[in-house]
Amino acid sequence: MNPENSSSLGKDAWLRLRANRMAMVSLFILLAIGLLSLFGPMLSSNAFDQQNLDRIFESPNGTYLFGTDNLGRDLFARTTYGGRISLSVGLLATLVSLIIGVTYGMISGYAGGRVDAWMMRMVDVLYSLPFIIFVILLMVMFGRNFLLLFLAIGAVEWLTMARITRAQTLNLKKAEFIEAARALGFSHTRILFRHLLPNLIGPIIVYATLTVPAVMLLEAVLSFLGLGVQAPMSSWGSLIKEGAEKMDAAPWLLLFPGSFFCLTLFSLNFLGDGLRDALDPKSSED
Amino acid sequence: MPLTLNLLRINPMSNLHIENLQVNFHTREGIVRAVDGINLSIKPGEIVGLVGESGSGKSVTCNSILQLLPAPPARIESGIIQWSGKDLLLQGDAEMQGIRGKEISMIFQDPMSCLNPYIPILDQVAEPLIIHGLCHPQKAMKNAREILLRVGVQRIAEHPRAYPHEFSGGMRQRAMIAMALITKPSLLLADEPTTALDVTVQAKVLSILKDLCGSLGTSVLFVSHDLGLVAELADRVVVMYHGKVVEQNDTRALFTQPSHPYVKALIACRPTLDISQDRLPTVDDFIDPKEEATPHPTTYSPPNPSSGQEALIEARDLIVEFKTDEGTVRAVDQVSLSISKGTTHGLVGESGSGKTTLGRSLLNLIEKSSGEIWLNGKRIPSNGQRNDSGFRKAMQIIFQDPYASLNPRLTIEQTLLEPMQVHRLGKSKTERVDRVVALLEEVGLGAEHLSRYPYEFSGGQRQRICVARALTTEPEFIVCDECVSAMDVSVQAQVLNLLKSLQVTRGLTYLFISHDLGVVKFMSDEISVMQAGRIIESGSADHIYNDPQTVYTRQLIDSIPAANRSSGLSS
Repeated sequence: MNPENSSSLGKDAWLRLRANRMAMVSLFILLAIGLLSLFGPMLSSNAFDQQNLDRIFESPNGTYLFGTDNLGRDLFARTTYGGRISLSVGLLATLVSLIIGVTYGMISGYAGGRVDAWMMRMVDVLYSLPFIIFVILLMVMFGRNFLLLFLAIGAVEWLTMARITRAQTLNLKKAEFIEAARALGFSHTRILFRHLLPNLIGPIIVYATLTVPAVMLLEAVLSFLGLGVQAPMSSWGSLIKEGAEKMDAAPWLLLFPGSFFCLTLFSLNFLGDGLRDALDPKSSED
Repeated sequence: MPLTLNLLRINPMSNLHIENLQVNFHTREGIVRAVDGINLSIKPGEIVGLVGESGSGKSVTCNSILQLLPAPPARIESGIIQWSGKDLLLQGDAEMQGIRGKEISMIFQDPMSCLNPYIPILDQVAEPLIIHGLCHPQKAMKNAREILLRVGVQRIAEHPRAYPHEFSGGMRQRAMIAMALITKPSLLLADEPTTALDVTVQAKVLSILKDLCGSLGTSVLFVSHDLGLVAELADRVVVMYHGKVVEQNDTRALFTQPSHPYVKALIACRPTLDISQDRLPTVDDFIDPKEEATPHPTTYSPPNPSSGQEALIEARDLIVEFKTDEGTVRAVDQVSLSISKGTTHGLVGESGSGKTTLGRSLLNLIEKSSGEIWLNGKRIPSNGQRNDSGFRKAMQIIFQDPYASLNPRLTIEQTLLEPMQVHRLGKSKTERVDRVVALLEEVGLGAEHLSRYPYEFSGGQRQRICVARALTTEPEFIVCDECVSAMDVSVQAQVLNLLKSLQVTRGLTYLFISHDLGVVKFMSDEISVMQAGRIIESGSADHIYNDPQTVYTRQLIDSIPAANRSSGLSS
């Protein structure tokens, strides 16, 4: 208990996060993977889609750091290029689902009564839509592009987020400090975003870190069905699928994209836990 | 009712003997000495009261007897707990399971959460007998029925398959007592068993506990924060303070001749019903007699009734109804109430009587179904009209639980600045911060607390912050909703003194809601008694206490432990 620490929650949180070694290592790994995905394809002398049929199924060596696939394409270039797509799909779709889901859930839970009932029935209806058919429909109507992929995935993932947020809001809105805020004449918007939201952040962050890998896997499923990323473009999901088929002959095809994927997920989880603790002013206590 | 509870199983020689028990909590911040070398013994058939404030180590002592401490962080560093020839601290888990519930039973504070909601009460009460193999399941059920009837759970006769939710809190606590005593244990550990109950219910439950233990010859360790309650029940009282036993003596001797200053303070700082006081003594007055933390007005004059003729707030025929699945419930039923400027109006009643709903509907926090509320001669528009911020500023509320009523993610500075920003009070940020500091000093805190978060404060300090927050908008009327009920008596005395002195310096008007008649009597000029949504009696504080007109009010006063009714023990 240091009386001298006059700093905002953001600065406090950063100090606490810095003290959490696992979270910092994870942050570093995520940054490294991000930079590698951004600049990796340029570092490699081979383009990600350049075929070299003389040198198929080469194991990792000086020219091809991660080896080559059945068409002689450079796996390093393909993995890092795939990282661009996987990471951006994962993060953007999660962000979309966060914004929609949290706002929707908070409003629904806070309003309560009939409004809440109607808003939640809407969510139930959307839940019951078969996801694949929904995506196919979108693709058929608007053609295939990435933006749509984010939208489609985000539009499905926000439903669970909304439910979680609503349940937490229902619990929290009975708290006396919310009632005190009402007694002080604060507007609903202020109560929602200044008093409710910061107290919901724990479960939201934890669920968001779980959403990112789920979204990446969804992208892989879509690619597998031919609805997402198409060859010669790559994503971690599609690379892992290809690699899994050939893991007897060329294990590196599975190993490299697989380890990138796993590392990202681990790091996200640790970082998420770290963020949750860092954003809770109490956490330094217990 | 003839009952055949034989006393043969109880060994007359068995007693509990705690020697030099030391329990530490190993936390990240360091070692906290929760129990610091205490000695305590309980003779067979004796009722010992263990009294102390929260954090004094009384529950830790109680829990270490049955090895129910959360470990980690708790660690028993040294000591002996002697029980019928064994040291309980050296027993393994299997041995302890044979002792728990059979030789030593326990009753917990919250009857709502201590019974499994999915198992009928009768089965739960019979369970200890079956688990310990003391008798045949069929016989066990018969015994359970017998003992439940004995503690007054009559409902079990007609509804033997009733589940816990079908019973009131008082009935559940009776069932807990039955469950704890069905194995005829030699020792009963009761940890604040009646704290969650209304006073009238508490009185009944305690007399049942005392009778049953008396007839079984069971000795009791009764843990409580309420000295008056313990005085009523215990043969001997042990007072703990900061993990140490500061005094132990026979109940009467302890009350008439307390020797330790802390015990003197505890006895003195309870508001009593028979003496009118302007200010309660606090523990600081006894232990550390220097300057007191609570600002004390230099010129105190009791609120003058003649100057307070003008009504600040008035409710006319107020009705508040809630729609539930079962139909409409009328929580507040045609209540009319008028509070004069600068006075305190006390509102007493048991849980469910509608006093909290009344308080909140006065502030427009709960929508009223019909009726009018007038503030300063102006009618307050009902909730549908948004133009109520003028009224919001003039009326504030202080809640019961200071832990839940501050936003844990905001610093004290942010919490106190926000109302001023919203209502555009003060010209600049520096002016507002100055006012926040002034407010903090007014409630006995200081500028050094600005950047801290709520979790860094004790309950009493948090409640001071809540008072400061209520004052940010410079209100005229404050609803205090059970605002000291969750506190230890010494802290309660400080907060009550603060509220009283603020009333004098700022001319505040209070609606003081509480179930504790003593506290209400201390604070109030006028008192209203509520029952089932209606005000059944109201009048001046002395009048209500000395000459209650209704049976219900009489009952309320009679259920208060005698020691709490008067300053001494004069029963």
